[in-house]
Amino acid sequence: MAHITIQNVRKSYAKTEVVHGVNLQVQSGEFVVILGPSGCGKSTLLRMIAGLESISAGEISIAGKVVNDLEPHERGCAMVFQNYALYPHMTVGDNIGYGLKVAGLPRAARVAKVAAVAASVGLTEFLDRRPGQLSGGQRQRVAMARAIVREPAVFLFDEPLSNLDAKLRVQMRHEIRRIHNQISATSVFVTHDQAEGMTLADRLVVMNKGVIEQVGTPEEIYHAPASVYVGGFIGSPAMNFMGGMVAPKQACVALENGSQIAIPAALAAAHAGRLVHIGLRPEALSLVPAGTGAFDATFDFVEELGPARLYHFRFEDVMIAVLSADKPPVQAGQPMGLKIAPEAVHLFAADTGKRLDAPALVQENVLA
Amino acid sequence: MRRAYFKNNWVAALMVAPQLLIVFTFFYFPTSQALYWAFTLEQPWGGGNTWVGFDNFTAILSDAYYWQSIWVSIVYAAGSTALAVIMALTLAIFADRQLAGYKLYRVGMIWPYAIAAPAVGLAFRFIFTPGAGMMMFVNQVFPDLWNPVDNGTQAMAMVIVAGAWKQVAYNFIFFLAGLQSIPRSLIEAGAMDGARVLRRMRDIQLPLLAPTFFFVLVINITDSFTDSFGIVDTMTAGGPSRATNLMVYKIFNDGFQGLDYSGAAAQSIILMILVIALTFVQFRYIERKVHYT
Repeated sequence: MAHITIQNVRKSYAKTEVVHGVNLQVQSGEFVVILGPSGCGKSTLLRMIAGLESISAGEISIAGKVVNDLEPHERGCAMVFQNYALYPHMTVGDNIGYGLKVAGLPRAARVAKVAAVAASVGLTEFLDRRPGQLSGGQRQRVAMARAIVREPAVFLFDEPLSNLDAKLRVQMRHEIRRIHNQISATSVFVTHDQAEGMTLADRLVVMNKGVIEQVGTPEEIYHAPASVYVGGFIGSPAMNFMGGMVAPKQACVALENGSQIAIPAALAAAHAGRLVHIGLRPEALSLVPAGTGAFDATFDFVEELGPARLYHFRFEDVMIAVLSADKPPVQAGQPMGLKIAPEAVHLFAADTGKRLDAPALVQENVLA
Repeated sequence: MRRAYFKNNWVAALMVAPQLLIVFTFFYFPTSQALYWAFTLEQPWGGGNTWVGFDNFTAILSDAYYWQSIWVSIVYAAGSTALAVIMALTLAIFADRQLAGYKLYRVGMIWPYAIAAPAVGLAFRFIFTPGAGMMMFVNQVFPDLWNPVDNGTQAMAMVIVAGAWKQVAYNFIFFLAGLQSIPRSLIEAGAMDGARVLRRMRDIQLPLLAPTFFFVLVINITDSFTDSFGIVDTMTAGGPSRATNLMVYKIFNDGFQGLDYSGAAAQSIILMILVIALTFVQFRYIERKVHYT
């Protein structure tokens, strides 16, 4: 059991800084997912926790002990790599047991431990094979087993599922969560896949361009994205954005073409006259006859998703996506009304991109 | 793989002709000549020859000097290959760890391979001469400690060092490429598993380098049998008392100094068969143990 404290951590390569002062507190036994696009510094952050990358500035401590200058194996972390990083010349059993062998565990104890861990991830009959003879999913299990067998206090995952096909990915996701619950290590999982992030995380950390945009439970992040970036990044299909100005009298945001989108009165009053971006989730919008909704948009085309349909509308110069189970109500090119509840509108400042309501909810998870 | 097809076979023939001509002139023609000479008695001043069957071979194989030459060739091959491989591996590991200045040193390491063997031999002859420089100082402190001119073992050591030095550059390139093709994440996984630098090298890098190791071994051994002439010729001329009379040097010596063309031709046929056999054995029995996928 170990908590991780990351304080003001920076990473630079030569003159380029790629991680710009990150603060994060991971509770003992927690499953934290760091989510962000490629190049946002999430893997670098993970590798700094692991000790594979030096820390340019700031401090990382694990279980209360500063680890900046410790070797990787002294930090009590185990890591699952994106490409599994299995030793190709060793059998599955030797791969799993290598850490124990290096640690000097006697052979008998090692074999017993390896067998137990292999059984727990369903690898028993593969112990004598080489990694090259295994499928992608099996290799993934070996990588997991190799990490588990060392009974780490901290379990690090660097995009471990991105090389698997979609079905296997979901399956391994469940497996990872199950293993986490079983061994009660603190887990830090890096991914660019929001479905992985949303489903696995106790808490989600959204990173962008070397800074943390938001920390919160998946629910908080979905329902109260702290910035335009997070709003756009989390949620599939992605959030729709439009620009406008807060009109307190009508308790709405006035769009450029004169349409008005109602927002809660208190929020409108607090930000009167402010230029804003509004974010509308495709699933929060509903289709109504033209002229009866918040605004009218021109129906363009529809995508069949099975359980629902994704409608695409043109509104001024932007495309608006609406997720609805309804049958296509009109022909392409015809107008349609779109409706949204005032509470479902996300309001972001046009200049900073930050969310304008409920700052408390957003802030409480970020450590000062 | 993409292949080019020529509609006109003449164009294709024209393209390969220069290379074929070179291979034919410098390999197939001399080889067939040697093969012919090996079974005849060739007159030193030209003119007629007599078919003698296997007489040349029986003469060589019953010659104690020839067996001695095979023995020193084996010593030289083993010695220079081992030394060249170990030195090259050490240097490649340093370069791979990117110690300070490795870029400069990586380029510098390649140069010795571009130096012709006689030049290498000449340079080392100066370095190891007992009459001047470093070795003269050694002899002054420990009188007559170093004298490869009359000590066969020392002469052999000297030739081995020179031969290995030249081969190191070649091996270095392959070892470095081999080391760099090992995914970084494997090393990192080793680090996470608690293995320190030397342990990682022993358990992960060296085993994964086995295919490179095998390739380098084959090339080095072959090379030490066939390409050692220049070094021996400039450094020891086979001496003292035939202590460094390698098979290639003996061929040259018997053929062009002793004018025993037929005997030399028979020796070169034996050498060729030996090298082919060695390579075959290496591929057959060693290679299959070193590939991982």
